[in-house]
Amino acid sequence: MTESDAIVLETRNISKRFPRVLANNNINITLRKGEIISLLGENGAGKSTLMNVLYGLYRPTTGTILLNGEEVEFSSPRDAINRGMGMVHQHFMLVDPLTVTENIILGMEPGRRGVIDYKAARKEVKDLSDRYRLEIDPDSLVEDLPVGLQQRVEILKALYRKARILILDEPTAVLTPGEVEDLFKVIHRLRDSGVSVIIITHKLEEVRAISDRVYILRRGEIAGERRTSDCTKTDLANLMVGRDVVLTVSKDKHEAADKASFEIKNLNVINDRHVRVINDLSLSVRPGEIVGIAGVDGNGQTELAEAIMGQMVQESGEILFKGNPVQNLSTRARRDLGISYVPTDRQKAGLVLPFTIAENVILGSQDEAPFSKGLALQRKPIAEYSRKLVKDYDVRCASIDEEVSNLSGGNQQKVILAREFSREPDFLLVSQPTRGLDVGAIEYIHSQILKMREKNSAILLISLELEEIFSLADRILVLFEGKIVKEFDPSETNDKEVGLYMTGGN
Amino acid sequence: MEFVIELLSATMRLATPIALAAMGAAVCERSGIVNIAMEGLMLIGAFFAAAVALATGSPWLGLLGGVIFGGLFSLLHAWSTVTLHINHTVSGAIINILAAGLTRFFMVEFYGHPGSSDMVQKTLGDLNCAVPLLSKIPLLGPVLFDQSPTVYFMYFFVLFTSFLLNRTKLGLHIRAAGEHPMALETLGISVKKIRYIGVLYSGLLCGFAGSFLAIEYGRFFTEGMTGGRGFIALAANVSGGWTAVGSFVAAIFFGFIDALQLKLQVMGIFKIPPEFFHMLPYAATVIAVAGLVRRSRPPADSGNDFSIEKEM
Repeated sequence: MTESDAIVLETRNISKRFPRVLANNNINITLRKGEIISLLGENGAGKSTLMNVLYGLYRPTTGTILLNGEEVEFSSPRDAINRGMGMVHQHFMLVDPLTVTENIILGMEPGRRGVIDYKAARKEVKDLSDRYRLEIDPDSLVEDLPVGLQQRVEILKALYRKARILILDEPTAVLTPGEVEDLFKVIHRLRDSGVSVIIITHKLEEVRAISDRVYILRRGEIAGERRTSDCTKTDLANLMVGRDVVLTVSKDKHEAADKASFEIKNLNVINDRHVRVINDLSLSVRPGEIVGIAGVDGNGQTELAEAIMGQMVQESGEILFKGNPVQNLSTRARRDLGISYVPTDRQKAGLVLPFTIAENVILGSQDEAPFSKGLALQRKPIAEYSRKLVKDYDVRCASIDEEVSNLSGGNQQKVILAREFSREPDFLLVSQPTRGLDVGAIEYIHSQILKMREKNSAILLISLELEEIFSLADRILVLFEGKIVKEFDPSETNDKEVGLYMTGGN
Repeated sequence: MEFVIELLSATMRLATPIALAAMGAAVCERSGIVNIAMEGLMLIGAFFAAAVALATGSPWLGLLGGVIFGGLFSLLHAWSTVTLHINHTVSGAIINILAAGLTRFFMVEFYGHPGSSDMVQKTLGDLNCAVPLLSKIPLLGPVLFDQSPTVYFMYFFVLFTSFLLNRTKLGLHIRAAGEHPMALETLGISVKKIRYIGVLYSGLLCGFAGSFLAIEYGRFFTEGMTGGRGFIALAANVSGGWTAVGSFVAAIFFGFIDALQLKLQVMGIFKIPPEFFHMLPYAATVIAVAGLVRRSRPPADSGNDFSIEKEM
């Protein structure tokens, strides 16, 4: 890529106003032929809005888009597609029960008089996948494909529409380390064939690994533009957040107790489709220790967490807390013994969204003194307690009577942390605590988890983010197909090695 | 043998309105709109079929009238669910009540009294015609091919609906709209448009089914004459796994139970009150739905509201 290469896409002073927020303010970016740029920003910085403007889903309030120097106006994605724009959305826009071919041709089907020529369609898909070396079986159903291949179908979909500019929205969010490497190869190959690529991301590592240039977006504005070769991770993080951030929380040495306080022995769980999802799993956690469960999504993480909390029936095995079996107790009884839980899905399982912050932080203790007397809730103690928690856990909100649905993801997670951590549990189960959160919030949540470790809680951390596991865990267990396949000491391994076990290799 | 042929022949006739409406349900639900308004749409179709047939003396024009008004009335459901984002079940329930009230109102307005209209001079049933050659096949011939034109139309619409859903561009868009509407929208195809088409298709076919009841199966319109057949068609579609052919098979099953109960009533072998026999098709519906539905998978996004702003 040289500076002289033609500019294929340019935005001039793009602004997008929604009824309550100014999501994009005077955005100017350029993209050259065969260039890979990143658009880096925290959640809510306006990245996706900008991309949806470029893809014709939103119309900009003011400003213009230029393609190959020519001013264009998109009134629907169809216009954008016709002008050579392609987009791979973070949540795939694939129809699960349809075949790969049907998904790729959708909306541009070959055939005459409204009847689809499936033979021609299949051949075109095959040719396309050969030409770009993106192997795929045109006849398999999308729902049967692993996530990495589903993403490949999305890329093929854009190429089928002759995309010359490809926008990838958080493309690595759901991929394993191996799949990420494959994706990067594909992106490089596309670049070499003259396609320009925009990657939207909030992962700093990714920006440096793949792109030539990066725009940093903060609160709807461009906070900076850098060549990735001349900047460091810390530079980018600071630009993105607008203050100095600590990228990896410093983990002090902390001596764990000798004897485990939480143990699982030969746990087996069979789900309602009669599949064995947890297979003879044993583990133990000591007070003052963080044990990290690494694994690719769908290898039993949810079921393990639900079995520990008594939300899923186990077939056999023992769960011991302080030496006593708890597997036959109700969820409530387990919590009463001193087990706390931060669930994966904070909006569905962790919070009651239409409830206020105050109501959410007493959830689970609402029938205990001082929060209730007889049948009535006691407003005053509840208010005092929640005010204290909101302050202690730095929840940014207008008041404790605000609905949690109005809070940002990071603040919602802080509300859950406040509720669960303030009970001072002896065992803490934390599942994907920073999913979808940005650097600032991750930093805070990690430091809180480490604080619980200092207070000698036994902590089991389930996470899909290897980086998170490495920065927090004292021991790493790899979960694959419902089994612990390997144990690592984080100081004696690396993400490549762990990643290999996560995908079943060894 | 005579008995079997009569029973099966009646099965095909009684299955016809259910199968027609079920084809509509298949397309409508696959496009993402739940249509419990089918009962009301059928009733509207039945009324206008009878009214037009009475006014013109032509059963064909009556049929056309029923189809057109069924279609027009269904646009109300499309407008409220797609454009106004009203809950599909609520909208459907309202339309059913509205249809019952409107047809009564029109009865009084047109004919001066509620209840039943006058008899039409000539019905579609009077146009019964055996297909040459095919009707000579033993057993199947007289059962399938010695019927009124509406029954042949029904065969056509089963094949057409299956072809539409599985082989055409529009069918692919309809299937996508009911599974993952945003996937369609991001490719520049309007989900709203596709869902309007889906609802309209069900309206036209419900109008057809209603016409059948008024001027083929019967000779006049009676208030509430659909007797839950719109819901049975919905059940047939669900039991048939949201496919055209499956819905057709399920409709035949309901038609068979209906034919059987009529035969049993007429024969009077059992000393059982006739109400018991009346109940059979409905009981069969409950059993079929309870037994079969768990095994089939509904369109993932059916019944959900769609707006671009909300999805992003």
